[in-house]
Amino acid sequence: MTEPTTTSIEVNGFSCRVWTAGTGPKIGFLAGFGGLPKWVPFLDRLAEKRTVVVPSLPGFPGGERGHTVLDNHLDWCLAVREIVQKAGLDGADLAGSSVGAAMAAEIAAIWPQSVKRLALIAPFGLYDDSDPPTDPWAQRPPDVPNLFCADPKTWESLKEQPEGLNSPEWPIEQVRASEAAARIFWPLGNTRLEKRLPLIAAPTLLVWGGEDRIMPQSYAQRFANGIAGKSEIKVIPGAGHLAELDKPDEAAAAVLAWMQ
Amino acid sequence: MKLMWFHLMPYTELPDDFREKNPSVWVDIHSSLFDPRRAHHMYNDFMDELEFAAECGFDAICVNEHHSNGYGLMPSPNLVASSLARRTRDTALCVLGNSLALYNPPTRVAEEFAMIDCISGGRLIAGFPVGSPMDTCFAYGQNPSMLRDRYYEAHDLVKKAWTAPDTFAFNGRYNQQRYVNIWPRPIQRPHPPIWIPGGGSVETWQWCAEMDYVYCYLSYYGYKAGQATMTGFWDEMKKLGKDLNPYRAGFLQFVGVAETRQQALELYAEPAEYFYGRCLHIDPRFAGPPGYATEETQRRGIKGMVSQAADNSTRQTQRYETKFQTLAREMDAIVDKGYVIVGSPDEVVEQLTEVATNLNVGHLMMLLQFGNMNKELAKYNTRMFAEKVLPRLSHVHSEWEDHWWPKPMEQNERAAPASFVPAQAAAE
Repeated sequence: MTEPTTTSIEVNGFSCRVWTAGTGPKIGFLAGFGGLPKWVPFLDRLAEKRTVVVPSLPGFPGGERGHTVLDNHLDWCLAVREIVQKAGLDGADLAGSSVGAAMAAEIAAIWPQSVKRLALIAPFGLYDDSDPPTDPWAQRPPDVPNLFCADPKTWESLKEQPEGLNSPEWPIEQVRASEAAARIFWPLGNTRLEKRLPLIAAPTLLVWGGEDRIMPQSYAQRFANGIAGKSEIKVIPGAGHLAELDKPDEAAAAVLAWMQ
Repeated sequence: MKLMWFHLMPYTELPDDFREKNPSVWVDIHSSLFDPRRAHHMYNDFMDELEFAAECGFDAICVNEHHSNGYGLMPSPNLVASSLARRTRDTALCVLGNSLALYNPPTRVAEEFAMIDCISGGRLIAGFPVGSPMDTCFAYGQNPSMLRDRYYEAHDLVKKAWTAPDTFAFNGRYNQQRYVNIWPRPIQRPHPPIWIPGGGSVETWQWCAEMDYVYCYLSYYGYKAGQATMTGFWDEMKKLGKDLNPYRAGFLQFVGVAETRQQALELYAEPAEYFYGRCLHIDPRFAGPPGYATEETQRRGIKGMVSQAADNSTRQTQRYETKFQTLAREMDAIVDKGYVIVGSPDEVVEQLTEVATNLNVGHLMMLLQFGNMNKELAKYNTRMFAEKVLPRLSHVHSEWEDHWWPKPMEQNERAAPASFVPAQAAAE
């Protein structure tokens, strides 16, 4: 495992953790629903070829309670834009997953110069009445792992408290991540991103887990249809909504190939 | 003390296999179970019961707000309260309440409550709940991450709308209004008493203390389960240097009275089992949207859960199921756990005296209609309570003054609404 360096940036008075690992041209990654309480193998795979920079989003693990001052979508977009800039990712390749992918798409749409190539793993942000996404919040806790990952153990091991930590803050941070996602995407996940897709000029890879139980695969085509720049859809068999967690090698290989 | 008569307005004809065939009584309960023509009778029975309770001498009649809910047919308690304002004379009207964050603009609540206060001659108690997750976040789509802030802001706006003499602009985080100037204004000055139904969160207790509001713990699980919460509330009041005036608090209790305990058990088993079996069949996936519970509450809750888990050797994942899934649903256990107090008048007097004393509660809200109880039995229970229990309880806490009770217009100043089919009312 690569050992990332951890630094922090400040946005709206809250600290945001930034992980950096590897060498070569930069590639940014914005994590998906639940965020990254731990470094994951997908980031290792990226760091083997590139400098991978992983800033936390407000309210997600590493992002403190930064979500609490973001009241509307403009606030969110500006905060994420500032995070991308302060993490040194302006103009770099940018990847994101799930809720993070929706924010990466916003940045690419609103500030086209700031993203070189874009890779989106099952982004939130759209809503199709005829094929609605699963409600990620109205779930019994035991059902959650199996919804977000094809293999529930993938989710469980990410969310499991590290050996010996035993802090009451750990589970609170995991709830906070879900709350932060709710703050942007409640109740339907629809931020009207569809309106801004035509502003995305960056070449865009759409990655979808073949077993995504949150965001239907039909959304890949909706994104591809809306995005102005060149786009391509890549489905990873055996992966769930957070494809980068279930199938780190395949997801990283797809992203790296696109960013070459 | 004050004895108040509370109606939830449950749909009384959920099928016997409701639990088995339906995921939840709340949020996504199926429309095919609702027969509007039967609901016509239910509403009218329920309103008869509320009016009957007023006639019997209860200090207040109480209604509340629920949405998409098979045990609470009052999306707008204000509609019911306005009718009750016309059909009752002296009884306080306790609307417990309006979930402030659901109204856009929240001045709607200030207006409607002011209307009820005017129509009733100043008899309104204004309840401001945050609202349950099922009502607010799921049925009404409110963002759980913003719900509480919106609630507090709406509270500030409503209170200012009631009290500011001049038109003002409200420049809030969530609400902006250039011209706030409600007509009508409430009769009660500076405003109707404000009561806060809440769970066991310490922030709510502190806020009630700071604002000098009544805190109401509306639990369906009775006085035994409620003891810990009320103890926590009073400990917090002590810590904040507040007096222990029992009228700072309200508490809900199901009660069934009959001539004998045995008779009470027989009469009230079916409606109690209906309520705890069918009405509280709530899908746990609607219980905890993220952000609804503050992090401080989570911190306390998690610690509590951990020790509870140690005590009961329950698996961690089970705790989410516990509240709704392992409730007592059979009469013996329902009574044993104290969800429902049943007995002869003597026994009920004794138990409720204990409840009022141990929990130090000055406002007891009685649920005397519950589950599928029909009007006849509800009226019997109400009459028995009013005649044989109420007079023997009203002296409790008499050493304290209730500063949180409505102050209506003098009786001789109030309008006399025309009677509605008086002959029929007299015949009942």
